Amino acid sequence: MSKKSALLTGMHFLNGDVACAEGAIAAGCRFFAGYPITPATEIAEHLSERMPEFGGIYIQMEDEIASIAAVIGASYAGLKSMTATSGPGFSLMQENIGLAVMTETPCVVVDIMRGGPSTGQPTLPGQQDVMQAKWGSHGDYGIVALAPSSVQEMFDLTVEAFNLSETYRVPTLLMGDEIVAHMWEKVVIPSVSQLRIVNRKKPNVSPEKYGPFVPDDDLVPPMACFGEGYRFHATGLTHDEHGYPRTQSSKDQSELVTRLCEKISRSADKIIKVQEVMLEDADVVVVAYGIVARSALSAVRKAREAGIKAGLLRLITLWPFPEKHVAESAKQAKAVVVAEMNCGQMVREVERAAKGTSVVFLSKLGEEPHTPAEILEVIRGNI
Amino acid sequence: MVQEIVHPFSKYLRSAMMPHIWCPGCGNGIVLNCFVQALDELQEDLDKLVVVSGIGCIGRTAGYVNADSFHTTHGRPIAFATGVKLANPELEVVIISGDGDLFAIGGNHFIHAARRNIGLKVVCANNFNYGMTGGQQGPTTPLEALTTTTPYGNIEHPFNLIHLAAASGATYVARWTTLHARRLTQSIKKMLDKEGFCFIEVISPCPEIFGRYNKMRSGLEMMEWFKRASVVDNFSVPSKAEITPEKIVVGEFVNIEKASYEKLLHEKISQINEQKVEW
Repeated sequence: MSKKSALLTGMHFLNGDVACAEGAIAAGCRFFAGYPITPATEIAEHLSERMPEFGGIYIQMEDEIASIAAVIGASYAGLKSMTATSGPGFSLMQENIGLAVMTETPCVVVDIMRGGPSTGQPTLPGQQDVMQAKWGSHGDYGIVALAPSSVQEMFDLTVEAFNLSETYRVPTLLMGDEIVAHMWEKVVIPSVSQLRIVNRKKPNVSPEKYGPFVPDDDLVPPMACFGEGYRFHATGLTHDEHGYPRTQSSKDQSELVTRLCEKISRSADKIIKVQEVMLEDADVVVVAYGIVARSALSAVRKAREAGIKAGLLRLITLWPFPEKHVAESAKQAKAVVVAEMNCGQMVREVERAAKGTSVVFLSKLGEEPHTPAEILEVIRGNI
Repeated sequence: MVQEIVHPFSKYLRSAMMPHIWCPGCGNGIVLNCFVQALDELQEDLDKLVVVSGIGCIGRTAGYVNADSFHTTHGRPIAFATGVKLANPELEVVIISGDGDLFAIGGNHFIHAARRNIGLKVVCANNFNYGMTGGQQGPTTPLEALTTTTPYGNIEHPFNLIHLAAASGATYVARWTTLHARRLTQSIKKMLDKEGFCFIEVISPCPEIFGRYNKMRSGLEMMEWFKRASVVDNFSVPSKAEITPEKIVVGEFVNIEKASYEKLLHEKISQINEQKVEW
């Protein structure tokens, strides 16, 4: 292999979008379909150059609806697949994110959040899509969403997103923000042998005995791909374990939709990742994610310097929601402070989990995330 | 001892999915029959065939064919199939769907797949209305036709799908009615052997719904219209292939050679990687 087509390893200075693209390649992604949109475009640009070097496919589709549809098709044809977008495109993708959920398609959707609603502020950051990540497509389903806080995590969590999508046959969402995507930082990339890469489990029965939606004990069905001789059917309609439509059956609807929710909720403890900083004795717990968590960490440290027992609970996994971690850290605290770049979204989940502990919300919209001083002030006001 | 009668095409169909959902007199069964006949005559490898459909009556076809198959969201079969074909160019990827699915909600995907010349084979059963939802006006509903949403007569000009496909860049474009079953089968065979984006429009009777509103209450009456109005005129001008009550031009309209997207893509990938070795 020539030098250029090698996977990146070692120390690099990258922006978040490029780190995400390299993470995808490292995870084994060999199909990218997308549509240009600020602030996610650099992911597509970088992959248009890098994918062919690995024999992978890059295609610019006619819109985001087509992009996610092609991603689902490529995944069913056997390739690890990804698309990347921002709010307006994420809205268009909701239809087929539902299809990916229903057909249990491993794939990764990157949403680099900008200010919304509608066209909003294309070049400025936001965290306004985090509830859409969970509830954006119609119907009930479980989904996985991750929130990177650094360029390093744009790489690491992209790899993790592929691993989770392959493990649980679920679309996995990387909810970055404009700042994390566009800032440049040091990234340390482990060698290929040190990276943990997960591939979807394949059927171990003959085609005659294969049911494409017969789940194992973990509620996840092994996945055959097109062209492997299994000759199976998949549909966005409610279906039985053979993939055949069951549009009039309450039993099939109940079994299928419950399983789609429970395959994620039952494995929540395995999926969820958080960063806990000085929570053991914290009187004030700050909950934050993405770029805001970096200001929050700074604020917590400054509070400690001033003798205030503050701690940080950084949500790395947004969905399934880390409610046990929130409940545990809130138990002894006098107050929980939630800082988000929206008008109050994850704070609602925190309120549910914090049961009784007072929850204070700190909103910020526009160009900059909360400053450490702004968060510190709220910490001081809630001792 | 009664011998079990096995249909000669049963190996191409999923018996577990039968009976099908289609109404008496519907043309979708003829489309499926001609497709399966073409598969049989070409001895297509069913393990390498993927049938993709969108939403609508004909959208159930994917589930009926005993190959890998996928039933997408409304309008998205071509976009989904683009991912399949590029991920594994060895697969024969056929889209069988309806006029509303492919040309209203999915119209953008159709023109762009044709422009890129991706090796997808598209069969559109055009029944002039939305049958599954009870007979609403659609992108191919003729002027003045009555539907449940054009109770005073349709005032929207319909698409001429042949002209649209040809102008968008398809390498093979044909139109038949379900009356032309043998010629449709031959067309499907040609299409399956061609490189690039191919399109066949099949004018298909919907007597239970479209016909009922438009004075053709039986499949036979609709077929009589097709017989009366259709004119075989191969390689006639696509822009003049508009469907009117008096005339349905059928035949092949386009049959050209053009490198497919996937061929150009994989040539490019090879070039890129050869150049690198030289560095």
